[in-house]
Amino acid sequence: MIHSLFLINASGDIFLEKHWKSVVSRSVCDYFFEAQERASEPENVPPVIPTPHHYLISVLRHRIYFVAVIQSEVPPLFVIEFLHRVVDTFQDYFGVCTEAAIKDNVVVVYELLEEMLDNGFPLATESNILKELIKPPTILRTMVNTITGSTNVGEQLPTGQLSVVPWRRTGVKYTNNEAYFDVVEEIDAIIDKSGSTITAEIQGVIDACVKLTGMPDLTLSFMNPRLLDDVSFHPCVRFKRWEAERILSFIPPDGNFRLLSYHVSSQNLVAIPVYVKHNITFREGSSQGRFDLTLGPKQTMGKAVEAVLVSSQLPRGVLNANLNASQGTYTFDPVTKMLTWDVGKINPQKLPSLKGSMNLQAGASKPDENPTINIQLKIQQMAISGLKVNRLDMYGEKYKPFKGIKYMTKAGKFQVRT
Amino acid sequence: DTWISTQKKIHSQLSLPVYPLQENRQFGSKMTDSKYFTTTKKGEIFELKAELNSDKKEKKKEAVKKVIASMTVGKDVSALFPDVVNCMQTDNLELKKLVYLYLMNYAKSQPDMAIMAVNTFVKDCEDPNPLIRALAVRTMGCIRVDKITEYLCEPLRKCLKDEDPYVRKTAAVCVAKLHDINAQLVEDQGFLDTLKDLISDSNPMVVANAVAALSEIAESHPNSNLLDLNPQTINKLLTALNECTEWGQIFILDCLANYTPRDDRESQSICERVTPRLSHANSAVVLSAVKVLMKFMEMLPKDLDYYGTLLKKLAPPLVTLLSAEPELQYVALRNINLIVQRRPEILKHEMKVFFVKYNDPIYVKLEKLDIMIRLASQANIAQVLAELKEYATEVDVDFVRKAVRAIGRCAIKVEQSAERCVSTLLDLIQTKVNYVVQEAIVVIKDIFRKYPNKYESVIATLCENLDSLDEPEARAAMIWIVGEYAERIDNADELLESFLEGFHDESTQVQLQLLTAIVKLFLKKPTETQELVQQVLSLATQDSDNPDLRDRGYIYWRLLSTDPVAAKEVVLAEKPLISEETDLIEPTLLEELICHIGTLASVYHKPPSAFVEGSRGVQHKRLPGSAGSGESVESPDPGAAATETPPAVIPSQGDLLGDLLNLDLTPTTTTGPPPPTTSGMQMGAMDLLSGGLDSLVGLLHQGPPSLSASPSTTTLGGDIGGNPAMGAAFGAAPATMPASFNAPGSGGLDDLFDLGGGVGMPMGALNPPKAVWLPAMKAKGLEISGVFVRRAGVIQMEMTLTNKAMSVMTDFAIQFNRNSFGLAPAGPLQILTPLSPNQSIEPLNNLQVAVKNNIDVFYFSCQYPISMLFVEDGKMERQVFLATWKDIPNDNESQFQIKDCHLNSDAASNKLQSSNIFTIAKRTVEGQDMLYQSMKLTNGIWVLAELRVQAGNPNYTVSSVALAVRSLLCCVLLLTSCISVYFEDQHFVLIHNQSCLNSPTFILGRWKYLMVIQVYRKH
Repeated sequence: MIHSLFLINASGDIFLEKHWKSVVSRSVCDYFFEAQERASEPENVPPVIPTPHHYLISVLRHRIYFVAVIQSEVPPLFVIEFLHRVVDTFQDYFGVCTEAAIKDNVVVVYELLEEMLDNGFPLATESNILKELIKPPTILRTMVNTITGSTNVGEQLPTGQLSVVPWRRTGVKYTNNEAYFDVVEEIDAIIDKSGSTITAEIQGVIDACVKLTGMPDLTLSFMNPRLLDDVSFHPCVRFKRWEAERILSFIPPDGNFRLLSYHVSSQNLVAIPVYVKHNITFREGSSQGRFDLTLGPKQTMGKAVEAVLVSSQLPRGVLNANLNASQGTYTFDPVTKMLTWDVGKINPQKLPSLKGSMNLQAGASKPDENPTINIQLKIQQMAISGLKVNRLDMYGEKYKPFKGIKYMTKAGKFQVRT
Repeated sequence: DTWISTQKKIHSQLSLPVYPLQENRQFGSKMTDSKYFTTTKKGEIFELKAELNSDKKEKKKEAVKKVIASMTVGKDVSALFPDVVNCMQTDNLELKKLVYLYLMNYAKSQPDMAIMAVNTFVKDCEDPNPLIRALAVRTMGCIRVDKITEYLCEPLRKCLKDEDPYVRKTAAVCVAKLHDINAQLVEDQGFLDTLKDLISDSNPMVVANAVAALSEIAESHPNSNLLDLNPQTINKLLTALNECTEWGQIFILDCLANYTPRDDRESQSICERVTPRLSHANSAVVLSAVKVLMKFMEMLPKDLDYYGTLLKKLAPPLVTLLSAEPELQYVALRNINLIVQRRPEILKHEMKVFFVKYNDPIYVKLEKLDIMIRLASQANIAQVLAELKEYATEVDVDFVRKAVRAIGRCAIKVEQSAERCVSTLLDLIQTKVNYVVQEAIVVIKDIFRKYPNKYESVIATLCENLDSLDEPEARAAMIWIVGEYAERIDNADELLESFLEGFHDESTQVQLQLLTAIVKLFLKKPTETQELVQQVLSLATQDSDNPDLRDRGYIYWRLLSTDPVAAKEVVLAEKPLISEETDLIEPTLLEELICHIGTLASVYHKPPSAFVEGSRGVQHKRLPGSAGSGESVESPDPGAAATETPPAVIPSQGDLLGDLLNLDLTPTTTTGPPPPTTSGMQMGAMDLLSGGLDSLVGLLHQGPPSLSASPSTTTLGGDIGGNPAMGAAFGAAPATMPASFNAPGSGGLDDLFDLGGGVGMPMGALNPPKAVWLPAMKAKGLEISGVFVRRAGVIQMEMTLTNKAMSVMTDFAIQFNRNSFGLAPAGPLQILTPLSPNQSIEPLNNLQVAVKNNIDVFYFSCQYPISMLFVEDGKMERQVFLATWKDIPNDNESQFQIKDCHLNSDAASNKLQSSNIFTIAKRTVEGQDMLYQSMKLTNGIWVLAELRVQAGNPNYTVSSVALAVRSLLCCVLLLTSCISVYFEDQHFVLIHNQSCLNSPTFILGRWKYLMVIQVYRKH
């Protein structure tokens, strides 16, 4: 199982270590540093690194490497999932997951890690349970603790720990009972030079914020559940009911959680919200290149495309760019060669464009590679797959909750090749 | 409004409303734990000591926190041990936890002090609060001090039976901890049985932890029956599976994967209950479920509806894994790579999800590319090619290279696309990007191999880029192309000559390739290239230190000088086509890896036994067999068990073939005998040239007609004296045989005269047990074991063919390579029919066999016991024996001793007779028994021997006179092989087989004996 954990920052310092079995010398991280040196980019460090006596499994999140040390055959996904859970927990507890935040709360961090694993076996990873065991460090509580001498470690066995619904604690009380669901879809797509779609898929999630008193039992039904043929559920969802009736039936955890994530890959269901007209050319023997980019809305069902951000990694030979944006602002970083254009909202009447020239290094040959254009965008009030919630019902409690559903579409990895 | 504000909070994951960090900051560092790091001065320890002993609870707690903080950053605060332990007796749970944390870290370094804590632990294990009971037992298990473990047993026993499941599940893990510290103690105390009982616990979390603990313990006891799975326990596990935490589900699923269902019904019912796990949010759960399903699917009949349903259900979760974080994607992709090889049908329609995004990390890109090629088929090849072409223009060099290589693999895999692939590669070559061009040339070479005489029109384009090639692999590929198509390239000689200039600076693979290419060129255009070939031969043989290169140089030299026609047949022989799918994992390994989906083994594509330290003797896992596959063809003698050391198997498929035909572009590992020492080589070379024809004239009239060479050979052999029978010149070999040559022969001798070894052996004919000749690992699941026996005057090769793969094997055929004694299968025996040849390297009783079935052709080699070749009528007439014995000159006699043989002469005689070695006469001189033996080989060669047995002396002396040979068997075998070569009008047998000619000294040796035989026959 998981032997030890090292946290390493961007400059290669080990700033925290935790051992669940015997102590493993931090020199084991030297193998990690070697791999880090070989990698061209921080994210290119391979996730599994063998060393003579151990294996290092790492994830990179928030520019911190979480490096787990294992000694025997352990499922690597198990380790990676656990590491992600550690990151999520830190974020949940401290608001952000940074080196500073971790150092500021090092004792809580240590207590958490101790509580999350026992002898390398996961013990309590549900944030509900953890929060009952170790109270998050709020300002108020820290002050009260300082004055009264009380602690932020729970005295009682967490209620959810052993119940059939481990994700929910008992005795939850709210004055305003509310349940909100967000349907968020991200489009991952690759568009080729000519504008045709090579691949497009939708990664969707339904995130929930449920603040309901007692033990509510919810059902959520969809207008078009057939869209959801590839889903991953929160453990609270009753799978049998879904299989039989295509209805989500569950006792929700308290607070924020991800009810389900889904994946729509059949091409005809994935609408492409924007198109890009581009003309990026370099001529042989000339130190100038042309850059011409126009954006326009495509299949948006009449909704506005907002928060559009275009970025592109220009070839290494480009020295600078003299461009003219019809709207928004653009920046070009001559060191990283990253061109970023903050477009904002697309006005269908007056399409945004970015035109001008690029200067190449004198005498350099024409760049070999064609830059890829990355697009970020947001469309409110629409799930691009067309997924719609039909109704939400609550059983098991008598009060009437306040309910709400919101839809949103974003671009995930949306890439246009030139 | 409320709605919107709540939404904002949800969306900004980074700042959850309840605990924003900014507020923390406003209060300054005073309110955070970072203050614990501020005390770094010298008196720190001293100050902390004072604070720890303070009366105020709050101060104590703060002090412990400071200690912990120092500990986390690796500072040594062990000096505070007694003071911290003093704080342990407290009602404050947080303080208690902190002290426990400290104890776990430092108890090992302060074992005596740690004892102080024991009482508190034992007391805490009785605490009314289950949280404290659990915490105490948990912490005690983490203190790796022997003395403490003794005290741990009683509390642990109680906690394992605690009324609170939280305590029980903690205790279950504690057993695993204790086992790690002191395995014997755990067994003695019966904790393992208690743990097994917990599998039936009412609480699913307890079950999951018990399974996890048992699995970990079982890893160090591979053969124990710790996880004795039966339908009842399986049922309990499946019930717990639905209710326990995600991590518990992983443990249970991994445990289920070790179970082998009794029949397909049970298998299906387990699959049905595991399938819902495919929709779990935790990817590790999903992958473990995939493992169970992949394994149990094997047992389901393929015509079952459910089988198809299951296949369909497997695709979406695998695709979903690819939308997770890159690290998860990587592990998923490595596993998908296995799944795609085992069951390509699952993902055949999902090609697009493997398309590479330009900002994927490189390790994800490379894996995706691999899977794209595996999924490439006629249906999607256009898309794949378009993508690959796109990738070939990216920035990352490694990725671009692999993409170009992938285009070549597509061409080889999907025949219909070959043309398009070639033109894509040509486009890429036109880009003139150096590494792209080089990669492209390497793959085009493979395409030529796969589709000969189809795309040669592109050679001109390739030749244009000759100068830009600076990588050995690309240079070697280009040279191969030039050599292979020398007749179509007008200036092939100039091109090759240009490479020759820097011959010694080239890497070995380029040198080898250049040598072969020039020889090919010479054979195709002999008139213009004599000089060139001589130049390269002398460069390779005289100026090089590389034995491989020298050997190959000599072989060519000799081949060309002996018989250019034969040389042509060998060097320009038709090459076997390369296989369609490259980089496939060998099937038995693949099966094992499928059983290890989701583990490190699946990431490395190696069996766990190969790399996981601490897994002492991992058991190999196997897929369960399904109906209709895994049949084994039994030989007539199923009784003979097969566990001997496996014989030399022809190295990794076709390697030897490749070697024979000089197609290997990479330096191969030496497959033949150890290369003779340099001095021997040089001596051979000198002897070769120094002539020495005197004793050889006698056989000239029998010289093979083709030796009266072509003009080119005369040029080469000119310095030997223009003698038409140049082969004879080799007769001037060093008088003694090289040591390495003796070795195999004496092995055969031991075998034959293994009189002392007859302890457990019946007095019957030598009848060794079957040995595995061809392990299933090397033959896509076909395992062959066998033995040679001689029965009723017939040599029999008994083989057991076992199908260890999943699919049915048909169309069996067998053929022997041409071999020293001309053994050939008697006829198409049931499933066996003859096939194509190689020849033996050495020893001479080595037989190379090819077995073909519907899957592939497999080559292996095995040694038959030499005694098999002794025929029943090997008893020579006494008079003839006497005459022959006398005729043989004394210096042709050789003697050797057989050590430690405790048979008397009669017993020895009997034993030998049972192997068809006959005693002609016996006489006793001065207490020594002299046995005169004769034997006859299948090809009519007689061997005579004298066996001297000194009564009471366990060492025998054999002086053997095998019609004029030095060292009995070895030479006899040589002789016989030569004779068969010579007199059965198969002049080229030796020549044909390059591996036989592996070193010049060997050849010299052979010719020498050829000569001797000749002398005898005249006689």
